[in-house]
Amino acid sequence: MPAKALPVPTPETAPFWDGTKRHELRMQRCNDCAQFFFYPRPYCRHCFSANTEWRTLSGRGTLHTYVINHRPPPGWEEDAPYVIAIVELAEGPRLMTNIVGITDPTPDKLPIDAPVEVVWADVSDEITLPHFRLV
Amino acid sequence: MTLKYSVAIIGAQETDAVGFLPDMSVPHLHAQAARNAIQDAGIRRDDIDGVFTAGISPALLAEYLGIVPRHLDGTSVGGCSFMILVRHAAAAIKAGLCDVALITHGESGRSRVGATRPATDPQSPMGQFEAPYGPFGPSTMFTMGVARHMAKYGTTSEQLAAVAVSTRQWAMKNPRAMMRDPITIEDVLNSRMICWPMHLLDCCLVTDGGAALIVVSAERARSMGLDHPPVYLLGAGEAVEQQMISQMVDFTSSAGYRKAGEEAFRMAEVTHRDIQHVMFYDAFTHTPIYSLEDLGFVKKGEGGPWMAEMHGAPGGDLPMNTNGGGLSYTHTGMYGMFAIQESVRQLRGEAGERQVPGVEVGLVHGPGGMFSAAATLILTNQPGD
Ligand SMILES: [Zn+2]
Repeated sequence: MPAKALPVPTPETAPFWDGTKRHELRMQRCNDCAQFFFYPRPYCRHCFSANTEWRTLSGRGTLHTYVINHRPPPGWEEDAPYVIAIVELAEGPRLMTNIVGITDPTPDKLPIDAPVEVVWADVSDEITLPHFRLV
Repeated sequence: MTLKYSVAIIGAQETDAVGFLPDMSVPHLHAQAARNAIQDAGIRRDDIDGVFTAGISPALLAEYLGIVPRHLDGTSVGGCSFMILVRHAAAAIKAGLCDVALITHGESGRSRVGATRPATDPQSPMGQFEAPYGPFGPSTMFTMGVARHMAKYGTTSEQLAAVAVSTRQWAMKNPRAMMRDPITIEDVLNSRMICWPMHLLDCCLVTDGGAALIVVSAERARSMGLDHPPVYLLGAGEAVEQQMISQMVDFTSSAGYRKAGEEAFRMAEVTHRDIQHVMFYDAFTHTPIYSLEDLGFVKKGEGGPWMAEMHGAPGGDLPMNTNGGGLSYTHTGMYGMFAIQESVRQLRGEAGERQVPGVEVGLVHGPGGMFSAAATLILTNQPGD
């Protein structure tokens, strides 16, 4: 079976992937406008400031929106149907992820804005992905 | 200074056929469409001094056509690129950078002849922050906000399905359309689930085809003695919000749609009530709903009910996607060019059985990528002052 796509970190994103490997959800927060942003980049998404710092987040959030994919790409046959979602973290930023731990996912099992928490998927020696589950 | 009434579309044609064209490569599709549009405009190849295309390089287009243009534009941001290129052609002509603009589209979306599908670079933002979660093309990504639109506004699967039904009713009047059998809301809801909330019949076709436009100054168009009315540019807008769907700020509304629409209406100096025909790029059944709402034809949340009431269907008060759309006519990948072609056809009175009677002002709107770029054109057959 073909392998699933894995990320290759770049210098700007390495602190995020170093964090996930330690099972810590780390993102950048802007010291000028006091907002988190994601994905990692040198300048704040909101105000373009360079005055940013890495912080560890709670790993709690809500199910912002999602799809349930029934037509898997190569490598995902065993997973279908599976949930690709946007989670909004308690601290504000959003990220794409998978919602795991639901057998045969259907919309009634996945209310919009339902609370979720991070779970860690150690998918290779180098890479750990942040997944989420309903709480 | 304005681009309103600066230019007119004097040539607009598609490839001889659209749909399944396994014997034509991508550049062949561009070139055949260009030949047909050149003939339609009554010009010669050597009159063309500006080339505009997306998906391939304008250098390949010029080489294939055997011309040395003095202006080129390769803005390639997905399906709305061709609406953007009409706007860019107007600016270039107005500024004297070229006089006769050729805009081409050609895509072997179904047969993949001479086409490449680039893999996502695992170091790119998309490769790092979307690809690891199992996306599989637009059906899994473009549709990401629909669940939230449903939760926030009460939009239903039946309302989404009504878009496919309305569009199919138009396709049944178009002999060139790929899908011409009647369908019902139940047929859409009972078709195979591709990626909830999208069933197979909520998704666009995948086809081969091409189309091209010839654009000149409005003044030149009026003096050419064409056997069909020039189609004048009233308004045009373009915008881009983000590249990756996960970066969208509001999943129930496209910032690019709103900005492009506002820009086009401001330039055209018309109101929504002046628009008599709309072409809303339908990659999936939700994109016309977002178009209707984000361009201000209805309030947010009223798009679904509007579709269910069949306002855009044959006999409705705002005919929408009269060629049969990306859902039932053709969808090569970057469908926007076909939306422009149908708008021009309607404004020329050449739409046959599906002709909207007395149409004077039409609007074309759509996305590039997945709610990434956006563009709007407002066109008219009225010659102005
Ligand atoms: Zn900031």
